[in-house]
Amino acid sequence: MTAAGFALRNVIRNLRAGDLWVLTAAVAVAVAAMTAVGFFTDRVSRAVDIRSAEVLAADLVVNSKRLITPDYQDRARELGLDTASATSFPSVVLAGDSSALADVEAVSAGYPLRGELKTSVSLDDVAGVTTALPAPGEAWADAKLLARLDADVGAEIALGSIRLRVTGVLRYRPDQGWSFVDLAPTLLINEADVPATGLVLPGSRVSYRQLFAGAPDDIVTLRDFVESRLEPGESLRDLGDAGPEIRTALERAHRFLRLAALVGSLLAAVAIAMAARRHASRQVETVALMKCFGARQGFVLRVMMAELAILAACAGLIGVLLGYLSQLGLSALLAELAGADLPTPGWGPVAGGFLMAGLVMAGFALPLLAPLKRVPPLRVLRHDLPGPRPSALFAYGGAGAAIFALLLWQVGDLRLTAWVATGFLVAAGGLMVIGGALVWLATRIRGTAGAPWRYAVASLARRGGESVVQVVAFGLGIMVLLLLTVVRNDLMDEWRATLPERAPNRFLINIQPHEAEAVESFLGERGAETRLVPLVRARLSAIKDRPVAEIDFPTLRGKRLADREGNLSWSSTLQDDNEIVAGRWWDDDPLPGEVSVEADFARDAGIGLGDRLDFNVAGETFSAEVTSLRTVQWDSFKPNFFMLFSPGTLEVYPRTHIGSLFVDDSRDQTVLELVRRFPSVTVIDIEAVIGQVRRVMDQAAIAVQYVFLFAIAAGIVVLLAVVESGRDERLFESALLRAMGAKRRQILASTAIEFGLLGALSGLLAAGGALAAGWLLADRVFRLEFNGSPWLWATGTLAGLIVVGVSGLLATRRVLDQPPMAVLRRF
Amino acid sequence: MDAPTAASVLAARNLTRKVSSPEGTLTILDDIDLDIGRGESVAVIGPSGAGKSTLLALLAGLDSPSEGEVWLDGQALTGLDEDGRAALRAGRVGFVFQSFHLVPSLTALENVMLPLELAGQSEARAAAESVLDRVGLTPRRRHYPRQLSGGERQRVAIARAFVGQPLVLFADEPTGNLDAETGSRVADLLFSLNDESGTTLVLVTHEERLADRCDRALRLRSGRLV
Ligand SMILES: Nc1ncnc2c1ncn2[C@@H]1O[C@H](COP(=O)(O)OP(=O)(O)O)[C@@H](O)[C@H]1O
Ligand SMILES: [Mg+2]
Repeated sequence: MTAAGFALRNVIRNLRAGDLWVLTAAVAVAVAAMTAVGFFTDRVSRAVDIRSAEVLAADLVVNSKRLITPDYQDRARELGLDTASATSFPSVVLAGDSSALADVEAVSAGYPLRGELKTSVSLDDVAGVTTALPAPGEAWADAKLLARLDADVGAEIALGSIRLRVTGVLRYRPDQGWSFVDLAPTLLINEADVPATGLVLPGSRVSYRQLFAGAPDDIVTLRDFVESRLEPGESLRDLGDAGPEIRTALERAHRFLRLAALVGSLLAAVAIAMAARRHASRQVETVALMKCFGARQGFVLRVMMAELAILAACAGLIGVLLGYLSQLGLSALLAELAGADLPTPGWGPVAGGFLMAGLVMAGFALPLLAPLKRVPPLRVLRHDLPGPRPSALFAYGGAGAAIFALLLWQVGDLRLTAWVATGFLVAAGGLMVIGGALVWLATRIRGTAGAPWRYAVASLARRGGESVVQVVAFGLGIMVLLLLTVVRNDLMDEWRATLPERAPNRFLINIQPHEAEAVESFLGERGAETRLVPLVRARLSAIKDRPVAEIDFPTLRGKRLADREGNLSWSSTLQDDNEIVAGRWWDDDPLPGEVSVEADFARDAGIGLGDRLDFNVAGETFSAEVTSLRTVQWDSFKPNFFMLFSPGTLEVYPRTHIGSLFVDDSRDQTVLELVRRFPSVTVIDIEAVIGQVRRVMDQAAIAVQYVFLFAIAAGIVVLLAVVESGRDERLFESALLRAMGAKRRQILASTAIEFGLLGALSGLLAAGGALAAGWLLADRVFRLEFNGSPWLWATGTLAGLIVVGVSGLLATRRVLDQPPMAVLRRF
Repeated sequence: MDAPTAASVLAARNLTRKVSSPEGTLTILDDIDLDIGRGESVAVIGPSGAGKSTLLALLAGLDSPSEGEVWLDGQALTGLDEDGRAALRAGRVGFVFQSFHLVPSLTALENVMLPLELAGQSEARAAAESVLDRVGLTPRRRHYPRQLSGGERQRVAIARAFVGQPLVLFADEPTGNLDAETGSRVADLLFSLNDESGTTLVLVTHEERLADRCDRALRLRSGRLV
């Protein structure tokens, strides 16, 4: 018979006999948790993407100075995408005797494809969401524009050669954008009116936008299509171009989800390792017997591998089905959360589920089962012969490699994966050492307490190696759960705290240097302290003496950011939402000509420490040397810069000042007075952007809660697997004890104590591990403050004591409900 | 002693097994020579700890000797690696153990089928059913070992040992774990099956009564034949 055929029969027989279920269940739950998380995070992050697409009012935008070819739109229609178009141009608007410069936005039906417009029926009215657009012959005007025109809703305005009636106040449009550049207030009109205005002529300053939205895959298809045909003057914008604030928030949200998924899969891995250990130890006798009957090593190995492959396929199937079902249940809630049609789950997680089942079997079960081929056949006669020990390198190397591959594939985030995997390995090692020491200690204190205690401690000590393994498994399980709690509570709170209730929600720009001090003191007097920072507009002209136009940038984003007029500033001190990651800050001895570059931008633009950068300000050039790289917490909503110079570099160039401040309703008056007193200052309302970041945070929080549930399920399987792993022996022992006259209560007490001790020990160690891991994650991955609660020590110990103690008791109770004879006869 | 003749199914020359222990080297089998002919039944008898199981393991190729040589079916075991010895055993050797050694996750019938399946035989089920019937366990064929009594388990083990029609059957204290009455019934079964099939039997026991039923007995004491 072939090994595969024999293996198939063996698996079926084992399952029928009630064996192998724990291992199958562990793998199935692992796969289920992971695929559910996969489906789930996939869908949530897509939903989050859709939300953040509001900044563009679309998923993908083509911008051009000239009319955009209809090819893109045709292709988009073929793909079933939604489309809309917008034409914008500056123009003077007249109303009665007044005139003002406006940014005219002429939009087609369907605009905006993402996000919503907000309008009010009059200047004093509150803003409300609308799905309508100005009809031909109508216009919606920004409040500021109406103020400048000294007009209100109902007024008739002239735009080029046509007259329009103002039928609403435009309060918000999703793609209004905000930058440190002052923009004219918007006048929203219907696209149909554009030709009649006579304002859009060859040579006039018009920009055209074509907007697309729809299924992510189709958007990617369209983007590839457009990218390959992009003409000079045309550019593409997609989610990657959303403001750095949203990007940072999204990245953090993704990381939180991935972390929860990672940690859930690690838990499942522990369960599989435990179940595989038990399976391997139960196979020893059978393999010895097979060898007696003439089976060769190669055959044994093939049978083991085939069995694992069959199990992986079955467990994978069950897991994928379960995973799919559980995420279905969540999708209703998610649809509401995302406020948009959730993309249907892809096939990726299905393939991933099977791959994962194979991978964990290969990583965790194979290293334990493969050495069985070396079981000496003599074991049938001499039971005391040691079973084969898996070679440590093979076992741990295999498991380690499998974990890492799995995590990396799951998460696609090398930094996070590397830290989590390292932390996990260190924790496992630490648990092993400390667990060993504590078990050793337990052997010293035996005999100093009552009978159940003595028996419990003796039992722990006697199973030395096994106890250490159990401490490690329980410990890792509890640690992971505690870590998730830490992440869910402390870290998420910390993240929210970066955007406090009173986070700056107004930017002040265009403050003239001579007014800067006056503005600062004006605001200071009114209790709205703000620090104004200088701003110089300049263009990066060369990196390391190579003109920017000739450089092949590592990324498109880098090219876009480098090849445009940028905002420069200088400072002698480092803002607390900035952190130096390379080089050093000019603390005490600033020299002119130093520049600190934001780390992500530096990476995207291929800028390194020590590089010489040339800049162009209003026809003049100057250069600076990169002396440090910085990370910036963009979502702090304070003014921040990609490039920050040492004092003495930029002061000679024309500049303005900018600042940010928090304004609640009660202080609206302050802003009005400020604008009246300093007419050139512009105040930008960034409430909407903040709202978006807050929403991302809220969604991430809810999503992490759900992923947490899966991790708990995985944790329960770990408990089962660990308790199960010692069951055979325990069954036998307690039957023996009862046969010798031990009372039910005594055995229960002794078991409770043994498991309780084991649990408390594991819990204590786990708390330490979770605190360390939480700190590392906060510091290295999320770049957040971390103040771990000292209560975690108590929580961990107590949780271990109760959970492990109770599960041990439950397992033993089953034994006690049978007559001891029945248990003994099993052997 | 001369080299083994072609007539002997099993032969040993100068067979010695030593183990190292904290107290120094321990010789548990010392210079054993034997020849067992085809169809013969031979008892190895001696007190507990005499080295009987060790001898059986060496003869069956489950262990390798420190010195000396074993021939099974005319082939020398020394020089073969573990796989080579396994290949030699396949289809030629059956076992009955003191502690039964049934696979707990297989039913009685499947346990009997196991050696045939391992040998790649296609008619495993029919053959196994007939032997199981011969030992009187047809009604229990779907039961798992834990559902059987000791005597029944050993009868399954005997069926499993004979199902492949082996050349040599090794039995290590087959009645050692059974009460006297069950033991003697199991022994009856073993001997009658052995007679029917003409298998060579090597029976390890400490019971004279059992040894008496064999064609001859080899007495082992402290690792030496006496
Ligand atoms: N690998 C070993 N290590 C140490 N002692 C052994 C080993 N194998 C057998 N022995 C010892 O050799 C002696 C003979 O064992 P065994 O062959 O099992 O005896 P029997 O089957 O006759 O009772 C016993 O004292 C046993 O303890
Ligand atoms: Mg013996």
